[in-house]
Amino acid sequence: MDAILLQILNGLDKGSAYALIALGLTLIFGTLGVVNFAHGALFMIGAFCAVTLQRFLSLSFETVDPTQTDFLGNPLKVKTPYVEHWFGPEIGGAIIDWSVPLAILVAIPVMVAVGFIMERGLIKHFYRRPHADQILVTFGLAIVLQEIIKYFYGANPIPTPAPDMFAGSLDFGALVGMAENSIIYPYWRLVYFAFAAVIIGSVFAFLQFTTFGMVVRAGMADRETVGLLGINIDKRFTIMFGIAAAVAGLAGVMYTPINAPNYHMGMDFLVLSFVVVVVGGMGSLPGAVLAGFLLGILESFASMKEVIDLIPGINQIIIYLVAIIILLTRPRGLMGRKGVMEE
Amino acid sequence: MLGLGKKDIALFMIVALLTLLAPFILNPFPEGSELAQFNAGYPDLMQRFVIFGIFAIGFNILFGLTGYLSFGHAAFLGVGSYAAIWMMKLLTMNVIPAIIMAVIVAGLFSVLVGYISLRRSGIYFAILTLAFAQMSYALAYSVLTPITGGETGLQPKVSDPRLFDGALAEGATPQANLFGLDMGASYEMAVGNWLFTFNAGYYVAAAVMLASFYVAIRIFRSPFGIMLRAVKSNQQRMNYTGLNSKPYTLAAFVISGMYAGLAGGLMVAMDTQVGPERMFWTASGEVVLMTILGGAGTLIGPVLGAGMIKYMENIVSKINSDILHTWFAFLPDGLEDVLVAMVYPFVGKGWHLTLGIVFMLVVIFLPGGLVEGGQRIMNLFRRKKRAGDDSTPAPKSHPAE
Amino acid sequence: MSNSNFTRRGVLKTSAVAGAGLALPTIFTNRANAFTNEPTGSTVTLGFNVPQTGPYADEGADELRAYQLAVEHLNGEGDGGMINTFSSKTLDGTGILGKKVEYVTGDTQTKSDAARASARSMIEKDGAIMITGGSSSGVAVAVQALCQEAGVIFMAGLTHSNDTTGKDKKANGFRHFFNSYMSGAALAPVLANAYGNDRKAYHLTADYNWGYTTEEAVRNSTEALGWETVAAVKTPLTQTDFSSYIAPVLQSGADVLVLNHYGGNMVNSLTNAVQFGLRDKMVNDKNFEIVVPLYSRLMARGAGANVKGIYGSTNWHWSLSQGFTTPDGTEVAPDAASAAFVKSFGEKYGFPPSQAAHTCYCQTILYADAVNRAGSFNPCAVVEALEGFEFDGLGNGPTLYRAEDHQCFKDVLVVRGKENPQSEFDLLEVVEVTPVGQVTYDPSIFGGDLGSCNPGA
Repeated sequence: MDAILLQILNGLDKGSAYALIALGLTLIFGTLGVVNFAHGALFMIGAFCAVTLQRFLSLSFETVDPTQTDFLGNPLKVKTPYVEHWFGPEIGGAIIDWSVPLAILVAIPVMVAVGFIMERGLIKHFYRRPHADQILVTFGLAIVLQEIIKYFYGANPIPTPAPDMFAGSLDFGALVGMAENSIIYPYWRLVYFAFAAVIIGSVFAFLQFTTFGMVVRAGMADRETVGLLGINIDKRFTIMFGIAAAVAGLAGVMYTPINAPNYHMGMDFLVLSFVVVVVGGMGSLPGAVLAGFLLGILESFASMKEVIDLIPGINQIIIYLVAIIILLTRPRGLMGRKGVMEE
Repeated sequence: MLGLGKKDIALFMIVALLTLLAPFILNPFPEGSELAQFNAGYPDLMQRFVIFGIFAIGFNILFGLTGYLSFGHAAFLGVGSYAAIWMMKLLTMNVIPAIIMAVIVAGLFSVLVGYISLRRSGIYFAILTLAFAQMSYALAYSVLTPITGGETGLQPKVSDPRLFDGALAEGATPQANLFGLDMGASYEMAVGNWLFTFNAGYYVAAAVMLASFYVAIRIFRSPFGIMLRAVKSNQQRMNYTGLNSKPYTLAAFVISGMYAGLAGGLMVAMDTQVGPERMFWTASGEVVLMTILGGAGTLIGPVLGAGMIKYMENIVSKINSDILHTWFAFLPDGLEDVLVAMVYPFVGKGWHLTLGIVFMLVVIFLPGGLVEGGQRIMNLFRRKKRAGDDSTPAPKSHPAE
Repeated sequence: MSNSNFTRRGVLKTSAVAGAGLALPTIFTNRANAFTNEPTGSTVTLGFNVPQTGPYADEGADELRAYQLAVEHLNGEGDGGMINTFSSKTLDGTGILGKKVEYVTGDTQTKSDAARASARSMIEKDGAIMITGGSSSGVAVAVQALCQEAGVIFMAGLTHSNDTTGKDKKANGFRHFFNSYMSGAALAPVLANAYGNDRKAYHLTADYNWGYTTEEAVRNSTEALGWETVAAVKTPLTQTDFSSYIAPVLQSGADVLVLNHYGGNMVNSLTNAVQFGLRDKMVNDKNFEIVVPLYSRLMARGAGANVKGIYGSTNWHWSLSQGFTTPDGTEVAPDAASAAFVKSFGEKYGFPPSQAAHTCYCQTILYADAVNRAGSFNPCAVVEALEGFEFDGLGNGPTLYRAEDHQCFKDVLVVRGKENPQSEFDLLEVVEVTPVGQVTYDPSIFGGDLGSCNPGA
């Protein structure tokens, strides 16, 4: 029983990451109708905002310590971060320690700017081009962005730990009166879950309750008519693109302590996020979120030892198997709208 | 002739000529010169050009004609490859049974996948095919290891049964052959400083490619092909007229799956090894990119796209900083280093960057792919011939989908 | 038609003058050559086939640095590195057999197809006489089989699966790196010593060949010392978030988690496991522990502080060059060969070499020396020279290239993540140098057939 509870909790957390990535993708793909293969790259750039800030805050000067030797036997050059020098090791260390949460502040403007530039400079010209052309151009863009990051940061994962405060895990089981250690959950994952909930909630509220959101939703449904009404829908779509990029980027920033970021992490998530969006149904934001959580939970269940022993290899294919079953039983995914990307 | 129109015969002849003369065309630079780095006329790459050409031609029959975007075609190539290598392990190193079995098995697998996936269209279809391919990849890598060899793949071994082949000579390794003609056998011709390699395997693969190309032309021009185009332009209208489009699309899917299997079988015939990465989604994505890059829906486009990507992968990735230094050695030292530093990020380990840039440039400036580039150049010549004639043919317009 | 399996382009390239004046077509006969890509000019070409794109690109870059260094040293440039400490003294800085060493590079992409395409282009186009490199067993096995067919020598780079010199071994292929079996055999006593003989282990295993062999090796050797294996769960290669595999570990009653993962999988699963606070827990009244059988310093960097105190094994580590005291008080003197290598590598590139760089450097030197000793580039002569070859002075102490499976047998390092690293390179500390006798096994246990050497042509 507690094993199942544990995996549900796990799945919710995994699902929140999927949902967050799929949400950004579905804003662009399900609503603007652009097959954006560069979405994974946006997620990756977000993660590297955190890496960059961490590097920036840890910028150091070197002092020679003659008592220690480096790998060549020369006196060791000890690096001291400037912030530690200026504010003392206590506060300085804390600032570096908090670089991932601080990176949120950096990532929002950076990602919005990246989104704007991408939409205005490139995607805008592809709204009316065939999907095939969109695939080629966004795939090309994704490779270019990836290679630029690789050029500066290398191919290896770069550790970007969460603040010490969030190290370790919460003994959830003990809290609700079960045996000790039966259900444990890392604090940072709980933070991620809460963060995802806030972001998803705000995007929904924004689209649901503001005039801007209303116009955008109208534009998604019928772009021409909205344009005829004299509303500058293009400008709003640009803003939507910026928001989608920011959502992807923030998902990336907060993900860095969970998995150390590397330059191809976007590609690793790309296929999965497309599957989530399509299973959720094209053009449906709630569908994407629902599908994210559903696949997250099912994936967690499939990774249980008992399940793998029963059906070997199920953990390898569960996501795709579920996708096939859902798409065969529900023609437009969970909550898809008719006529979006069906031709 | 051969049931082809005049224009198609011309196209076919050009392709045939280019394929036959490839060892010359691809080796334009003399051996030992600085530019020899760009020569692509060695057996492995020539074989890959035609094999991926077949793969892309087949993919284009589905995507170019019906508009159905399959994102899992590499699975058929992989399944075909596994079938072929098992024929080589069990029956004979002769490539014929291997290739035939590859086509049959890939065909059967595509019937299954196609029958299920074609119940949906558009992006839903794409994700269904992707899901099948990813499952094949994941299983081949892990739980199916006894059949697929898993991570390390399969290669023919001396100890395999090979029922139809006689015992190998002591110390010999099993080599793929066509009735005794070794696929690795080459005839080399030196002309001055040039060296041209005529490889048996390449010509076998090239002959298969020409046959596949011929069949593709026939399909494009047949009533069946027109029906497939009708599916692309408006499937609903077609259904309203009382025509059931499903058998047509399924047939196209299976044909293109068999092309993929053929390519997979040939890959094994040329280079006797299979690994599961062959079925990973990036491999499926690659054939999509090849087709779009070359020009979806055109006959020759996919082949050009395949050639372009494989050329980058095999030639540009091999340029290292040492080679750059020898290129720019004639310059003063400072300038040499600057130039090397400027070019270096785009070659060698940076070949992906060049690939990405090429994708973007082509799709931005040549909406119809490389084929449109070719057409524009042709038009330029024609216009020059007919000075004053201002009937500029408009670039092919693409209806928004 | 001349029946060659692979071309002899290198011949023409190096003796280009021969055909220079001819305008008429001449037919090049290959029969003149005794073996594939026989170098007839004043140079010899080696093929360095390493991952330059994909997740292992940094490891590949480090391998390439080592190869370039090895070529410099063979050609008499630089300080000579480990050539000076190597027990065989045939290398004198004049290249190999008096021919200057040149090289070509290629990208394996850590995919067997791409690796073979790249290796074939080196053999067919560039006339490479030996192929080396790679950072996964899938690639090593695929390229090794190709080299066997083509009739060139393959000197494996980083490949740790038993299969490379086990069920998939080939006469033309050689491996200097250690393998899963050795990792298990070396690790188990150290683990039993540190954590006791009464432990319950939970394995997470990468779901492919290397994972299987590693799990098997660690299981067998720890169980022999009294450990119990509670469960072993396979994880997909493409997995990035291991939380759902790690969460149930504590419930199982296990008190040790063994992560049979490499590269990106290892970084992620270890990071996840530490994040779950597993190492702060007490289970069965014992402190919960994590073990990573195969360490790579490059990848360990990705896991950051999470590696602290975690045991694993490695083929070589740069700290051998400085000497140290193991936790049980054994003094290990500085190793002159390692010092020479770290010095020339570090002075050239500014950081210490990785184990991948070390094994690749050694393989190049070993090949060159074997050719010199054999007096011929003929692969069969080289095979004969390497089989049963005993040497010292390449950083691992006395080493044997076993004739039966072309596997090197040498001491294995058991390492632990360092608690107080003094620099970003100082992540691991050697806790024990397991003597070679303890990791040697019977060559027949993994099956496979070496076949006989193939010189091509």
